[in-house]
Amino acid sequence: MSLTIEQVKERNKELIKEVLEIYPDKTAKRRAKHLNQYEAGKADCGTKSNVKSIPGVMTIRGCAYAGSKGVVWGPIKDMIHISHGPVGCGQYSWASRRNYYIGTTGIDTFVTMQFTSDFQEKDIVFGGDKKLEKIIDEIQELFPLNHGITVQSECPIGLIGDDIEAVSKKKSKEYEGKTIVPVRCEGFRGVSQSLGHHIANDAVRDWVFDKGGDKHPEFKTTPYDVAIIGDYNIGGDAWSSRILLEEMGLRVIAQWSGDGSLAELENTPKAKLNVLHCYRSMNYISRHLEEKYGVPWVEYNFFGPTKIAESLRKIAGYFDDKIKEGAERVIAKYEPLMQAVIDKYRPRLEGKKVMLYVGGLRPRHVIGAYEDLGMEIVGTGYEFGHNDDYQRTTHYVKDGTLIYDDVTGFEFEKFVEKIQPDLVGSGIKEKYVFQKMGVPFRQMHSWDYSGPYHGYDGFAIFARDMDMAINNPVWGLAKTPWKSAA
Amino acid sequence: MSQNAEKVLDHFNLFREPEYVELFENKRKEFEFMPPDEQVAEVREWAKTEEYKEKNFAREALVVNPAKACQPLGAVFAAVGFEGTLPFVHGSQGCVAYYRSHFSRHFKEPTSCVSSSMTEDAAVFGGLNNMIDGLANAYNMYKPKMISVSTTCMAEVIGDDLNAFIKTSKEKGSIPAEYDVPFAHTPAFVGSHITGYDNVMKGIFQHFWDGKAGTVPPMVREPNESINFIGGFDGYTVGNLREIKRIFGLFGVDYTILCDNSDVFDTPTDGVFRMYDGGTTLEEAANALHAKATISMQEYCTEKTLPFIAEHGQEVVALNHPIGVAGTDQLLMEISRITGKPIPAELEKERGRLVDAIADSTAHIHGQKFAIYGDPDLCYGLAAFLMELGAEPIHVLATNGGKAWEKKMQALFDSSPFGKNCKAYPGKDLWHMRSLLFTDPVDFLIGNTYGKYLERDTGTPLIRIGFPIFDRHHKHRYPVWGYQGGLNVLVWILDRIFEAIDANTIIPAKTDYSYDIIR
Repeated sequence: MSLTIEQVKERNKELIKEVLEIYPDKTAKRRAKHLNQYEAGKADCGTKSNVKSIPGVMTIRGCAYAGSKGVVWGPIKDMIHISHGPVGCGQYSWASRRNYYIGTTGIDTFVTMQFTSDFQEKDIVFGGDKKLEKIIDEIQELFPLNHGITVQSECPIGLIGDDIEAVSKKKSKEYEGKTIVPVRCEGFRGVSQSLGHHIANDAVRDWVFDKGGDKHPEFKTTPYDVAIIGDYNIGGDAWSSRILLEEMGLRVIAQWSGDGSLAELENTPKAKLNVLHCYRSMNYISRHLEEKYGVPWVEYNFFGPTKIAESLRKIAGYFDDKIKEGAERVIAKYEPLMQAVIDKYRPRLEGKKVMLYVGGLRPRHVIGAYEDLGMEIVGTGYEFGHNDDYQRTTHYVKDGTLIYDDVTGFEFEKFVEKIQPDLVGSGIKEKYVFQKMGVPFRQMHSWDYSGPYHGYDGFAIFARDMDMAINNPVWGLAKTPWKSAA
Repeated sequence: MSQNAEKVLDHFNLFREPEYVELFENKRKEFEFMPPDEQVAEVREWAKTEEYKEKNFAREALVVNPAKACQPLGAVFAAVGFEGTLPFVHGSQGCVAYYRSHFSRHFKEPTSCVSSSMTEDAAVFGGLNNMIDGLANAYNMYKPKMISVSTTCMAEVIGDDLNAFIKTSKEKGSIPAEYDVPFAHTPAFVGSHITGYDNVMKGIFQHFWDGKAGTVPPMVREPNESINFIGGFDGYTVGNLREIKRIFGLFGVDYTILCDNSDVFDTPTDGVFRMYDGGTTLEEAANALHAKATISMQEYCTEKTLPFIAEHGQEVVALNHPIGVAGTDQLLMEISRITGKPIPAELEKERGRLVDAIADSTAHIHGQKFAIYGDPDLCYGLAAFLMELGAEPIHVLATNGGKAWEKKMQALFDSSPFGKNCKAYPGKDLWHMRSLLFTDPVDFLIGNTYGKYLERDTGTPLIRIGFPIFDRHHKHRYPVWGYQGGLNVLVWILDRIFEAIDANTIIPAKTDYSYDIIR
């Protein structure tokens, strides 16, 4: 029996009250600001965001290093990204985001490798600058086809005061202006991955654009040049997006940063329009490209046919009729496929309730795709969203949707226990908690090692995966027959 | 358009469709400015040469694809082996996200762990307030029986003093004064995950045995007949500890598994999430002081813990991740010697069955050359077993192995004619291994998931044994210790050998004359 909207709101209020009761007062007061529900017509979701996590709770957040190396810089394929500091950070982020790329790994591309300065005690005591210089020399010797190097700082680098900027400049000069980028993304900076994204964007601005000059004079622009910004090519997402832009007549001159190359970064200021998927992680550089180079940017959403069609039209709106017709042609071309996918899966998924908790974009962006399949989002929240994300979320969510910012493991478990959704979409750390509870789950960071989920090709996979998660016979096995009969 | 609702193509096949192949070609041609194919081919060939290997081995600073993780990971692994224990990592929160992901990817299990979420202000002023608030929150929310505190590199660089901080937290009322909060400093820039395991294990015994950080009198040892067992950092902890319990059960000895995380990394799916499951009880951890002896399965995981235990008056025995017949023989003989109980007939029979299995299959392994990498003890155990099988472990590499380990490995090689061409590589990484596999090829490679890149680049078939294993499921549920564990390892090796033979003989009318159904 489904609840009326008023009953839902009442339940949500009770639920929030209940989870807050477990905390010491000071903590409860702080957490209360991050838990709420969306009230129709409001300008945001009524939650505070982007403030420090509370010590001792199980936050799902990562750190600035994860935001820079793990998300933004790591996927640039022809550069070598040094995890500068102790061995762990690089080890745990090693190839774990499935940023697909084409290249000969270890020779001209390096994404699925872990380069580290493996700091030892003596490096902490004496500083790691000399070591970093030597590392750069060794990289030049052993990986001669690398197109550039980034230095991704781990916590100790900032704490001991190493001058990685000076080392980068010196070495760049020594290697004929080679692009060597120091990135101050120490994990203790900021409150989550989010600052790492920003720092990484600033590093592109300062060390690629400002130092780059015109490195590829042979590169010729056209009126239809666009750059994909903020797609990390998880399971090939950027490819199933790019193909649509190209089919409508645009020329994608750069992909940021999934399957991206340094040359693509360098040529981006020449684009006519930047199309931005992950607003949270790359709005900074998009704004900069607009301010300094006059390249406008537009957000788009390639999850599910409704949002894809909207987005294709929105992007086409920046161009002439040829492109507008192209967008309509693409939408029409894939319509039968989309209809077939929906006809097949919607009857199996109609009315199913979903709770989401992901990073900084998907908590809102995937909602349309679920709705295309007749599913309903009853709760959502961001690991590292900011206030503007919660404003943007209002366009997606319905009245009475439970909202939880920087949710703690404890809160999330309680919410799911009480609401009993048909599916939870979150990350690896949450996956097994909910599966043990017998709740179907999909990882919405990594697509549970499936994908792509972007674009029309991706939506077919998305629909199949949600069906396989929810309608899987295993959930009928969780209870023993001798106990569940009662 | 090749996507299709009836048979959905995912990334495995979608991107091989012509429209995507064209997309990749255009992207490369027009925008990437990558090196020309000939140059890539040339460098690729050069990277296989002796010359490249020499340059590669001359590296002094750069580390590429290391086979080790950092101390705090081992700290978490150790802490969850105790009943109702919540690992609390004092430092920045991102690290904990990494440890939790790393274990969850390997064990396919939830991993519960909190941090004190230190940020810039803590970097400047120290993390005391984070500790005070953090302990209070963790204690109230997750109701652990014990909180085991360890550090990250951040807390270590700024020099936070755990002992003092925990004391202050208790004084401020975060947690009750008598509440158990053992601690260990586990800087990520010293040692590796096995060092972190060692430090936390020692920290926990120190807490219980030496007077709970000065709050109660130290315990007085009253020797009894039981024996302690420490597994070490072990990716097979679920299968191994259950097998070890079975063995102890057959012996009928009184034993305590110290750090028993076999249940918490193997909880059932039955509608309930168990944050804590199983584990060494706190009473057991304390009473372990009175045991007759402690057996460590991994010498290099217990370099500080064992001497600490020995100082408290009991015998300690260090093994090296024994796998196979002789390794298990040694384990059983040690148990028998210490307890005075005979080796059970049933185990003797199991031994005979493992020997039988080896006799049935050894012809396929005999003389095959292997490369192995992993933690120092695992490498030792595997190398010993391979030589037992008549194979040659040519390259044995441990990024977190040291000089002592190298010497010990050499002594092992010297003990058998199959060890004649073998060499141990302490402190080297998987990029070194890549060179070795090109210049001195072997038939098979044994290692963790990351070895699949070596398999791809060098064509050396990979047998996945080690930690982490992300891309194959459920290996950790099977033991590799004991005669039964040896059988598992034997089968994994044989399966890969047979797969390689089949793959080599599968082309119809060309190579398939040897595509036999009986082997």
